[in-house]
Amino acid sequence: MKINLKIWRQEHARVSGAFVHYTVANVQPDLSFLEVLDLLNEQLIAEGGVPVEFDHDCREGICGACGMMVNGQAHGPLQRTAVCQLYMRHFSDGDTVTVEPWRAKAFPVIKDLVVDRSALDRISAAGGYISVKTGAAPDANAVLVAKPDADTAFDYAACIGCGACIAACPNASASLFTAAKISQLALLAQGQPERKSRVVKMTQQMTAEGFGDCSNHGECQSVCPKGISIDAIAQMRREYIRAKLPFG
Amino acid sequence: MTLNARIPEGPLPHKWGNFKDHCQLVNPSNKPKHTILVVGTGLAGASAAATLAEQGYRVKSFCIQDSPRRAHSIAAQGGINAAKNYPNDGDSVWRLFYDTIKGGDYRSREANVYRLAQISNQIIDQCVAQGVPFAREYSGLLANRSFGGAQVSRTFYAKGQTGQQLLLGAYGAMMRQVAARQIELFPRREMLDLVVINGQARGIVVRNLLTGEFERYAGDAVVLATGGYSNVYYLSTNGKNSNVTAAWRAHKRGALFANPCFTQIHPTCIPVASEFQSKLTLMSESLRNDGRVWVPKQAGNQRLAQEIPEADRDYYLETRYPTFGNLVPRDVASRNAKQVIDEGRGVGSTGLAVYLDFRDAIASQGKSAIEARYGNLFEMYQRITGEDPYAVPMRIYPAVHYTMGGLWVDYHLMSTVPGLFVLGEANFSDHGANRLGASALMQGLADGYFIIPYTLGNYLATTPLPEVDTSDEAFGEAEASARTRTMKLLSIQGDKTVLDFHRELGHLIWNGVGIHRHQQGLKKTIEDVRSLRHEFWQNLRVPGEATTLNKNLEFAGRVADFMELGEVMARDALAREESCGCHFREEFQTASGEAQRRDEPFAIAAAWKYQGDEQPPELEHETLVFENVELTQRSYR
Ligand SMILES: Cc1cc2nc3c(=O)[nH]c(=O)nc-3n(C[C@H](O)[C@H](O)[C@H](O)COP(=O)(O)OP(=O)(O)OC[C@H]3O[C@@H](n4cnc5c(N)ncnc54)[C@H](O)[C@@H]3O)c2cc1C
Ligand code: FES
Repeated sequence: MKINLKIWRQEHARVSGAFVHYTVANVQPDLSFLEVLDLLNEQLIAEGGVPVEFDHDCREGICGACGMMVNGQAHGPLQRTAVCQLYMRHFSDGDTVTVEPWRAKAFPVIKDLVVDRSALDRISAAGGYISVKTGAAPDANAVLVAKPDADTAFDYAACIGCGACIAACPNASASLFTAAKISQLALLAQGQPERKSRVVKMTQQMTAEGFGDCSNHGECQSVCPKGISIDAIAQMRREYIRAKLPFG
Repeated sequence: MTLNARIPEGPLPHKWGNFKDHCQLVNPSNKPKHTILVVGTGLAGASAAATLAEQGYRVKSFCIQDSPRRAHSIAAQGGINAAKNYPNDGDSVWRLFYDTIKGGDYRSREANVYRLAQISNQIIDQCVAQGVPFAREYSGLLANRSFGGAQVSRTFYAKGQTGQQLLLGAYGAMMRQVAARQIELFPRREMLDLVVINGQARGIVVRNLLTGEFERYAGDAVVLATGGYSNVYYLSTNGKNSNVTAAWRAHKRGALFANPCFTQIHPTCIPVASEFQSKLTLMSESLRNDGRVWVPKQAGNQRLAQEIPEADRDYYLETRYPTFGNLVPRDVASRNAKQVIDEGRGVGSTGLAVYLDFRDAIASQGKSAIEARYGNLFEMYQRITGEDPYAVPMRIYPAVHYTMGGLWVDYHLMSTVPGLFVLGEANFSDHGANRLGASALMQGLADGYFIIPYTLGNYLATTPLPEVDTSDEAFGEAEASARTRTMKLLSIQGDKTVLDFHRELGHLIWNGVGIHRHQQGLKKTIEDVRSLRHEFWQNLRVPGEATTLNKNLEFAGRVADFMELGEVMARDALAREESCGCHFREEFQTASGEAQRRDEPFAIAAAWKYQGDEQPPELEHETLVFENVELTQRSYR
C-alpha cells in the first residue's frame, strides 16, 4: 500500500520547524511504523536528502526510546502499544499520517522527532530509588512482601520512561511518571524508610523542571504503552499529604 | 603464546575468598583521587558505576542512548538464576556451577564459573533490597521457576520483564550517586577509541552524538561494559544500537578478542516477514514447555496447518530426542529447525519457519490454563504477526541472540591491556560455547556489583599510575584517528546505504558462521567479507553532516567495525576444528549427527591479536584446565 506521511522537520532547538510531506510506496502490512520511517529514510538518502531523525532501540516496546505523536496521539492509535510495536496492518492504502515530536516545555526538540528527556533522569536522581549499598543487603527472603503488593508494585515499576504521558497531558504534567516510581516503592517494605523524603524531593524536582500540574484529565493513562493506572497519582497525593502532616 | 588467567591458589570453593582476603585495598582517603571511566550502562556497567561510586571513586559513565536506563539489558525477559535453593529441590552452588560449565560444553574457565555461582545468591539479596519487584508466592516469599530445561527451579523473574526490573534497580543505584555527585553522566556519547599511555589504559575518545564533537576523557582505569555483537548478523534480537565498536577499537589497541565465533542462536523467535524487517523478536523459551514443534513430513507442502492431518506431521524433536523432546538445549533445537527447513519442509509464506503448536496443550489443560501461563506472549505474537496462536500454531525460527565471545579477560576481568577491564556480555568469560538461559543477567550483575570493586581496587593499589591529562599526545593521536575514520565515512558519497551493506554482511555471516559451519564455507566467507569491506569503503553513501545528530553516520561507523569483526569470526570458526556448543562444524559430528568435541587440542580459549587492518590476526590461547569436573559428551536423546 501507499502511505502519505506529514512529518515535523526541525534542524535544532533554536530554529522553528515545519511539516514536510512524503509518500512511501510498497508498504507491506507486516512492517512496523518505524520500519516505514526506515524505508522513507532510505528513499531520502537515495534522493540526496537528509533522513528523518527519531530515537529507537529495542523496537520491542520496552526501552522507552521511541516516541512520537502519530495522528495527534502519543504512540499512535493502538492502546497499550509503543510506536515501535505499531504495525501497518492498522492503516489503509492512501492514508495520510501526521507525525510530530513530543511537545512539552520540559522536552526541547533536539532534531526532527528527537527530544531531550533528561528531565526524567533528574526526577529519578531526586529520589527514585532505595538507598542500599552493594553488599549490605539481608537475605532476600528475610522480608516478606504480600503478593498483591508485589504485583501492584510491579505494575507501577513497568514504566518505560518514554514520556508519552507528558506529551499527551494538556498540562504537560509528569505526574504519572513520577507517581509510578513513588507508588512502586511505597508498596514495598524496603521502600518505607525513605518514603516521606522521596515523595517530597521527587515532586519538587518535577515542578522545578517545568512540568505542569495534574488536573485529572486521564490522558496519561490512556496513552501509556504499559497501561500504568492513574491510581498511582492518587497514591502520590496521599503520600505527599502524609509526608507533610506533622504526625502522619 | 599462552595467556595467564591469574587464577588464585587453593581449592575451587576457596579461590574467590582467598583472592578477597589477600588483595590490596585502596585507602579510603585515596579513592576520591581515582577517576574511573565506565563505558556502558547495561546491567554490567550500571552496577559497576553505582558500586564504584558508592565506594568513593570518581566515576564518569558513558552510554549511547539518551538515558542510562535504556541500555539493551532492559529487554531481557525470562529471568535470572541463583543457587538459593529456596524451593528445596536440590540446587546448590556446585550444581549451578556444574550446569553452567557443562551447558557451555566445557569451554569456560572453572574458577570464573564457580565464582559466578557463589556470587549468584548475593545478587538476589541486593536486587530485592533495591525494590526490584520479583514475582512472589502468596506466602510473601520469592517465587522461582525452572528455565530452559533446567532440572531445578532456580530462576527469579519479574513477569516477562526481568531485565527491565533489574536494570531499573541498577539505574536507581546509579542515579543516587549522580545526585551525590559521585557519578557524572555522559549520555548520547559513543566511545570511538581507547587511549593507552605507557602500556596502560588511561582514557577514551568519544563522539558527542548531538554535536558531533570529539571529546577526551582521562582516568586511572577504563571499564568496558558495552554489550554483545549479535548485530553483526544484521537481524538479531538485540536492540538496534547494540554494537561492537568500543570493544573492537580496544582490540585494535591491544586487547585480545576471544572465541568470536561463539554466538548463540535462539530457537524461538518470530520469523522474518519482510525484506525490510529491521529486527527480530524473541519469544520466551518457556513456550517449549507446552508447545509442540513440528513441520509437514513432505517437502513443498502448500496446505494450511489446520489442513494437515496428524499422520502427515513430523514432531521431529520428540522423535529424535525422546528424553528431552521439545526441551532440548537451544543449540540443538536451532540446528534441527534449520535442518528440516533446508529439506524444504519449512512453513509459512517464506518457508523459513517451523510450527510451535499449542493445540494439544489447549485440549488437555484448557485455554484458560494456557492463557494464564503465556497470555502476554500470545498477545505479543498476535500484535506482531496478526495471527491468533490459540487458533493456529505459532511459526518460529531461530535468531541470533547472544554472543559468548568477547574481549579476553583474566580472573580479575582485566583484558590484555593493563587497566582495561571488561564486564558483562562484552567479555568472553563464563559461558563457554553456549550460554544457559537466565545466566547473562546473573553474570552482568556479578561482574559489576561484586567482582570489579575488588579486582579494580587491587589494580589501583598495586600499580604505579603516573599523572596523565588529555593533552597527552596519545589522546591527540586517538582523537585524530577517530575523526579521520568518521570523516572518511561521510566523504565517500557512493551509491549504497549503510543499511544495504549491513544487510549484505548479515547474510554472509549468517550463511557462513551461523547454525552450521564448514571449512569451504568459512574460507569463502573470509573472502566475501573482505571484498564487501573493500566495497564499503569505496561505495558507501552517508547523508547529512558530522556536526549534528546523524544516526546514519553513527551506524556507518558500527557497520565498518562489524565488517572487520565478521572476518575474524570466520577465521576463529575455521581454526576451531571441532564442534562444541553453538559451534557446529559439519566435519566434526558423531555418528548420530551431534556435535563432536575434540578436547585435545581444543579445550582452549582462542584469543586473537590484531596485527593491522589488512593483516590476518594472530592466534594466542589460554589452556582451560579442568580439575574439578569430568569432561563428558552432552547427550539429549
Ligand atoms: C531479547 C533478549 C532477551 C534476553 N533475555 C535474557 C534473560 O531472560 N536472562 C538472561 O540472563 N539474559 C537474557 N538476555 C541476555 C542479556 O539481556 C544480555 O546479555 C545482557 O543484558 C547484557 O548486558 P550488558 O550490561 O553486558 O550490556 P548491554 O545491556 O547491552 O549494555 C551495553 C551498554 O553499552 C553502551 N555502549 C555500547 N557501545 C558503546 C560505545 N561505543 N560507546 C558508549 N557506550 C556504548 C550502551 O549504550 C549500553 O549502555 C536476553 C537478551 C535479549 C536480546
Ligand atoms: S524502541 Fe524501545 S520502546 Fe520503542
